[in-house]
Amino acid sequence: MRARLQDVLLPSSDPAMPGHFLPQGEKVARAQASRSPTRRALLGGLTAVSLASILPRPAIAQARPKVVVIGGGFGGATAARELKRAGLDVTLVEANATYVACPFSNEVIAGLRPLEGQFFGYDAIRREGIELVQATATRIDAEARRVTLADGAQLSYDRLVLAPGIELRFDALPGYGEDAAEQMPHAWKAGSQTLLLRRQLEAMEDGGTVVISVPPNPYRCPPGPYERASLIAHFLKTRKPRSKLLVLDAKDTFSKQRLFEQGWKELYSNRLEWVGLAGGGQVTAVEPATRTLVTDFARHGAAVANVIPPQRAGRIAEIAGVADRSGWCPIDPVTFESRLRAGIHVIGDSAIAGGMPKSAFSANAQAKVCAAAVVDLLADKEPATPKLINTCYSLVAPGYGISVAGVYRPRNGLLADVEGAGGTSPLEAPRQTRELEAAYAEAWFRTITADVFG
Amino acid sequence: MRCLPVAFAVAAIPLATAAQEASGLRRVAPPGASSCSGCHASRPAAGLAVPWIAGRPAAEIADLMAAFRAGERSGTVMTRIARGFSPEETRAIAEWLEGQR
Ligand SMILES: Cc1cc2nc3c(=O)[nH]c(=O)nc-3n(C[C@H](O)[C@H](O)[C@H](O)COP(=O)(O)OP(=O)(O)OC[C@H]3O[C@@H](n4cnc5c(N)ncnc54)[C@H](O)[C@@H]3O)c2cc1C
Ligand code: HEC
Repeated sequence: MRARLQDVLLPSSDPAMPGHFLPQGEKVARAQASRSPTRRALLGGLTAVSLASILPRPAIAQARPKVVVIGGGFGGATAARELKRAGLDVTLVEANATYVACPFSNEVIAGLRPLEGQFFGYDAIRREGIELVQATATRIDAEARRVTLADGAQLSYDRLVLAPGIELRFDALPGYGEDAAEQMPHAWKAGSQTLLLRRQLEAMEDGGTVVISVPPNPYRCPPGPYERASLIAHFLKTRKPRSKLLVLDAKDTFSKQRLFEQGWKELYSNRLEWVGLAGGGQVTAVEPATRTLVTDFARHGAAVANVIPPQRAGRIAEIAGVADRSGWCPIDPVTFESRLRAGIHVIGDSAIAGGMPKSAFSANAQAKVCAAAVVDLLADKEPATPKLINTCYSLVAPGYGISVAGVYRPRNGLLADVEGAGGTSPLEAPRQTRELEAAYAEAWFRTITADVFG
Repeated sequence: MRCLPVAFAVAAIPLATAAQEASGLRRVAPPGASSCSGCHASRPAAGLAVPWIAGRPAAEIADLMAAFRAGERSGTVMTRIARGFSPEETRAIAEWLEGQR
């Protein structure tokens, strides 16, 4: 069953967290942990920990190996299911009762799709026998192999899989703190932010300028800002024809650039302007009160401003000591085990995966490889050298899809592109090919969300 | 405190059992195979545009992949993906797929 909108977007009563989606969910999680059935799971974990300190080791060792997964998104939910199907004892810790998927959320912003289509629950995952704990993990003791949750409960593990996604850096762009996101939404975590940007676009007077600020690499979903620009341009073209879109970018090149630019020229020529780093596109500060974006060369006043801030691995990664100075997590490309802490594996957006982009597709593929490796490691077997695929579809307009694909394998300690494979959709292609790819994009979303949550 | 070697020996038994259970349920996916299900549903679903490949004869899948790799068969994305796998890797994936139902 799909969750209803009001179940997911509860009003916030915490003034420190004005209407942000994730923290609200976390709060609900904490409130529910004390009365929901997951309470038993917490106590179960607690017992295991206290027994560990009393009983001699062999008694503990007789239990099935236990894996804790933190984060129930595309990476973590996939990993939990694969590990469970391999016969392990699996606990999945996820802060929110309902997952709100980012892929296709740009369509929600452009009014092409309801937000409810992005909601996925954890019933099927629970039914598989995975212990689902709805709570926020707040501490990890890598030595003792123990996770602490927000309410103080503890879970012990033989191996830990971290898939916490991203943390938006509200310290990286002067003026862009959490409060500023209420004026200038990022919409880079799907939920109330997605709706806020949608509403601002709807309410905007025709003739205004929409501005999108794009961060430097690396960030979640490299082609995402350009798909968003495309679909907002489509919205303006059909609904606010005198309005314009300006994309201010901290980079000079971007994913599927020639394909996007070709589509933009064809569909949105005098409506969408992209300014790269060399052209003065890097936003160096914002002024939320007046919706102004500042670069080294100019000040841009916006009717609607979408600021996508720089990012780093989800906060728990840093707490666990698996993030390096870049803010992301170095991993072994065969097992996805952290290079900084033994027994902790990191997958999805948080991981430094070499050539693999931070995508839902990558997170799902990495989860499967990581789960197989964890099973092998727990059985003292050497994990096989993997190969992985990523494909990112983007819509340039409804019915106009393009893609970039890659095949990856470990090389020199990183995941590297297999040469001769992958690449983008052809530049020269009939409109029918673009239509097919738009249909395949939709099919991909249905298939992967069924694979992860269905 | 770290475990004594004796404790390790005992610990190895249940771990191995879990892994055996695992291999009894499904053969381990060869390199690359677990990524195909990102697009090709592992269970049938109505109205999906991407063709069904799980459970089909290995020879058929291997031939189709070879044709994509050689550019003899056109596709929106499979030509780009098939070129990432050698004939041996492709055969292993095709054999594994045949066993997936
Ligand atoms: C606009 C947009 C469009 C996109 N389009 C696509 C696309 O078309 N295709 C594609 O492949 N990808 C796309 N992506 C990227 C995709 O959404 C991410 O790459 C993907 O979600 C990463 O999965 P993950 O499991 O690493 O993290 P997430 O999906 O973010 O999951 C992390 C989970 O961990 C939980 N969590 C975090 N910390 C804790 C904690 N301490 N305790 C408990 N729980 C915790 C969170 O609540 C969350 O549910 C898009 C992204 C955006 C923003
Ligand atoms: C990004 C999505 C995607 C991924 C990943 C993917 N496929 Fe495909 N596959 C497609 C699409 C789409 C088609 C239809 C042909 C085309 O447009 O390329 C297809 C067609 C096929 C066909 C032809 C089926 C037929 O009856 O015509 C085979 C075989 C196949 N894929 C095998 C695989 C294998 C094996 C893998 C993993 C190594 C894989 N695919 C990964 C999307 C994908």
